[in-house]
Amino acid sequence: MADLPHDTDPQLPPAEVADVMPPHAHGWWSHYVFSQDAKYIAIQYAATAIAIGFVALVLSWMMRLQLGFPGLFDFITPDAYYQFITMHGMIMVVYLLTALFLGGFGNYLIPLMVGARDMVFPFVNMLSYWIYLAAVLVLVASFFAPGGPTGAGWTLYPPQAILSGTPGGQQAGIVLMLLSLILFIIGFTMGGLNYVVTVLQARTRGMTMMRLPLTVWGIFTATVMALLAFPALLVASIMMLFDRLLGTSFFMPSLVELGEHLSYGGGSPIAFQHLFWFFGHPEVYIVALPAFGIVSDLLSVHARKNIFGYRMMVWAIVGIGALSFIVWAHHMYVSGMHPYFGFFFATTTLIIAVPTAIKVYNWVLTLWKADIHLTLPMLFALGFIVTFVNGGLTGLFLGNVVVDVPLSDTMFVVAHFHMVMGVAPIMVILGAIYHWYPLATGRMLNQTMGHIHFWVTFIGAYAIFFPMHYVGLVGVPRRYYEIGDPSFMTAPVDGLNAFITVAALTVGAAQMVFLFNLVWSLRHGRAAGHNPWRATTLEWLTPVVPPEHGNWGAKLPLVYRWAYDYSLPGAPEDYVVQTDPGPKSPAAAERL
Amino acid sequence: MIIAIVLVLIVVGSVLFHMLSPWWWTPIASNWGYIDTTLVITFWITGIVFIMVILFLAYCVYAFRHREGHKAIFDPENKRLEVLLTALTTVGVAALLVPGLFVWKQFVTVPDNAIEVEVFAQQWSWSYRLPGEDGRLGTSAAELVGDDNPLGINPYDRFGKDDVIVDGGDLYLAKGQPVKMVLRSIDVLHNYYVPEFRAKMDMVPGMVTYYWFTPIKIGEYEVLCAEFCGTAHGFMRGDVYVVSPEDYQLWLQEQETFADYAATRPTATPAAQDSRLVQNRQP
Repeated sequence: MADLPHDTDPQLPPAEVADVMPPHAHGWWSHYVFSQDAKYIAIQYAATAIAIGFVALVLSWMMRLQLGFPGLFDFITPDAYYQFITMHGMIMVVYLLTALFLGGFGNYLIPLMVGARDMVFPFVNMLSYWIYLAAVLVLVASFFAPGGPTGAGWTLYPPQAILSGTPGGQQAGIVLMLLSLILFIIGFTMGGLNYVVTVLQARTRGMTMMRLPLTVWGIFTATVMALLAFPALLVASIMMLFDRLLGTSFFMPSLVELGEHLSYGGGSPIAFQHLFWFFGHPEVYIVALPAFGIVSDLLSVHARKNIFGYRMMVWAIVGIGALSFIVWAHHMYVSGMHPYFGFFFATTTLIIAVPTAIKVYNWVLTLWKADIHLTLPMLFALGFIVTFVNGGLTGLFLGNVVVDVPLSDTMFVVAHFHMVMGVAPIMVILGAIYHWYPLATGRMLNQTMGHIHFWVTFIGAYAIFFPMHYVGLVGVPRRYYEIGDPSFMTAPVDGLNAFITVAALTVGAAQMVFLFNLVWSLRHGRAAGHNPWRATTLEWLTPVVPPEHGNWGAKLPLVYRWAYDYSLPGAPEDYVVQTDPGPKSPAAAERL
Repeated sequence: MIIAIVLVLIVVGSVLFHMLSPWWWTPIASNWGYIDTTLVITFWITGIVFIMVILFLAYCVYAFRHREGHKAIFDPENKRLEVLLTALTTVGVAALLVPGLFVWKQFVTVPDNAIEVEVFAQQWSWSYRLPGEDGRLGTSAAELVGDDNPLGINPYDRFGKDDVIVDGGDLYLAKGQPVKMVLRSIDVLHNYYVPEFRAKMDMVPGMVTYYWFTPIKIGEYEVLCAEFCGTAHGFMRGDVYVVSPEDYQLWLQEQETFADYAATRPTATPAAQDSRLVQNRQP
């Protein structure tokens, strides 16, 4: 834990905090299991998230089998169907996307990209992972509990979530779900505080905020948002747990359930919805902002061009983050809240489309007169733009209160949010894994398998969710076990549903190829060497690859420029790393 | 290269699917044609943006793909372009929002001549209550619900005595008569949704919600529950008939009032209801 030597460079501000080596592991357990190294914790987070993500994938197959071929599979009862959709949704949103972006990519990339040796609180960081793992195990336990997991839908709306007409409502399912969420939030808070303090306090000399790669900006802003949003879910979960176990009535009015008067009274189901969506809407951007940041960097590196409008991109991230806290009730236009709220929330919701659109323009303009290498990360980034533009535009339907009325609670909504916060962020996750796998393992992922994976995933996912909008336009409500052939349909949707199911099975199978590639390439992948993508950012500049404990050897890196000096005129190569004090960028980038 | 072609095919395929596929919204049977119009405007604006952005993307991928000796330009910012794009987007968004809010204003403003029709939901069936000759619905409470009082109507409320009760049956509406659907649930969330009427709203136990519309086309329509309400959610359906005003009156005459209903059930005395209220109301 001795202080390390300081660099003295008059061009850069002096270090504010002494450079200290993070604690070394002393034995097998603290090295391989209870590791305090952010990179190791990142892998643990990512592996756990991906493992539980595959459970969610199998659940989605089950629900699609029911929708595509109703009545063919006896084991998919209505109860089972609702349990599948509920657990699929909750796992994907919270336990996969949030955990993988923040716990996985956040842990791995933040210290490396800002030039720190580790997260600032390594022990708390380790605890964060183990509590997350406990949350996942409690979640998994609900599959084996009597009555099975909750089938209340991932939104867990009361009163039905804790009543007997819903699977798991009066059994262990809902209790385990709420306990698992509470654990998740505790674990996340420990990690989240780490990410925020590390970005604010542990940046190396010369790494100003406006020189941070957009990846860090995205993860940082999302973490701040999560720290503000998750408490709403925490209190909602605790209150509902009290309603369920102790007989309080926070969310429960006087009820008559199947002819029997229950001993609840005076509570408000809508209050839960407000709390849930005060968390739930920022949650969309907690998933989206890291994806925005990462995809900006993928595009820039693989197009050999600076990200267009860096400062605008930073302010768009921050602006979207702030605005996302005043749009939550657009999920509740037809919830029975006062209808005049519709005016306010429709306006704020459509305003948020402006900074979001700016980001899309800047991604596309980054490709203008670029030198585009169609690597796997670039292909996934392009897939992200297509699915995100599509899903973002259908958001303009649902955000505009009166247009939402006929579409709300139909399959159109399901199609929209899967495109915009399912497929699009997952495209970024996959692209990011192809991009940083060489850094974490020292080997490249197999190209052939990667191309099969990309094409099936991209085209397949579009084939699933684009037609699904039209199932909703026809009028099919979401969360229907079976629609049948009601008179309002302009055409039966059976064939379309079967097609979507086949596409979903295919896309799922392609993920198995990806999983195999992840394992296979560990041994058989081509050696990556230093900085295989010729990127400018610090994570590729560690003395040893993959980076070792403490990241930087004896001396911390010094930063002289922003992260986007690609194809700089006059430079010998088409990239200039951030630690290069050499020729400065032209005017506009000079200030950065 | 292939990716540029695929991007173009995605645009072409999406547009063709939109124009040629048979899956479209059901013909409207209410006054909310404005909602359909707003939807169509949204399709046009978003469709044009989608086509332009993805085609531009495809062009960039094709034109600026890596070739030997090719180098990217260095172009960090372009204030004029960024301001121009922001302004255009703002205009596009306003073009969507303004008509949307205009129609929403109508949607939330119930006309004075609307008659009230109460929808009463429980797992997993629909019932209805219509005002009697006084034109008013009596008060009600979940605590009062019992075998002799299925909708929990207040027996002391004189406005409730002549209320017409349709317990578990179908609803009839008169063509051209604006209706305010007053929505009430006694157990969990439900949502009264008839695709042809375009409108929908959640029903929340402990409170009364509403929406209004005017049926404009005679016919039989299917009611669906649009808010997840437990195991049988997907089977919570019913029928609503829009008929001529004359047929509506005929149907209305055949229905039982709350007073009729209570008269045939000796346990339905106000005193019995009182004790139920005491028993079921929580401190």
